[in-house]
Amino acid sequence: MTADPLSLTFAALADPTRRAILARLAKGAAPVKELAAPFSISGPAISKHLRVLERAGLIARGRDAQWRPCRLEAAPLRDVAAFAEGYRRFWDESYARLDEYLNDLKARD
Amino acid sequence: MESEQRIGETTFATPSDQEVVITRVFDAPRELVFDAMTSPEHVPSWYGPHGFTLPVCEIDLRPGGAWRYVMRAPDGTDMGMRGVYREIEPPERIVSTESFDDYPGESLNTVVLTEEDGRTLVTTTVRYKSKEIRDAVIASGMQAGAAETYDRLAEYVDSLAGIGGRGR
Repeated sequence: MTADPLSLTFAALADPTRRAILARLAKGAAPVKELAAPFSISGPAISKHLRVLERAGLIARGRDAQWRPCRLEAAPLRDVAAFAEGYRRFWDESYARLDEYLNDLKARD
Repeated sequence: MESEQRIGETTFATPSDQEVVITRVFDAPRELVFDAMTSPEHVPSWYGPHGFTLPVCEIDLRPGGAWRYVMRAPDGTDMGMRGVYREIEPPERIVSTESFDDYPGESLNTVVLTEEDGRTLVTTTVRYKSKEIRDAVIASGMQAGAAETYDRLAEYVDSLAGIGGRGR
């Protein structure tokens, strides 16, 4: 499966637990233990959710091995909020076609 | 700097609540890009995503002149669009209105072309009447996106209120 950044973001956001984690992180960085507290799921399950969020670039994790606080990364969220895939695709693909067409026009001269 | 943008890369930005700015650099002189973007002989050759066609392309390129496109999706669905040119300054500036037949959301589109070293930067500023209209048009994907994306987008929008206060 090809996974462009926007698709990764959408996939990560499709799960309610992950959205709840993001909502908590919107208030500030937090350690994994604190993020897991509101959910009745296992530590490994929380870790898996965090890995999905991290891969989508929605969160970053600190270096401190003991604490490893998570924090929200806003850029992919802004991307998704501002530009749904179809809108981006419309312009990007039109312009890619225009690139090729301009090359044809130049070749005709 | 603008000139550092690579060929083949489209950038998007939302400098204000009502606007979307789209930029692209083309490896061609400005006159050629202007013609390709404004002539009914050329526009159907590139307008729309892959697989789309433009069976109707009428352009009356003068201030007050109307334009009319009908875009056909790969599944045969037609989407009509229309507008009126407000300013035409070849080869550097085009201002026009744009609206869809079947959807709300008229916008005022300003296209500016600047040339440097034989390459042309095209900056399109799409201005909607409100943030709500802008976001609705974007969320609809200009009716050219995938249904599953909409489903996921709908879920996402539902969750926005809980994320950083950017919600409805």
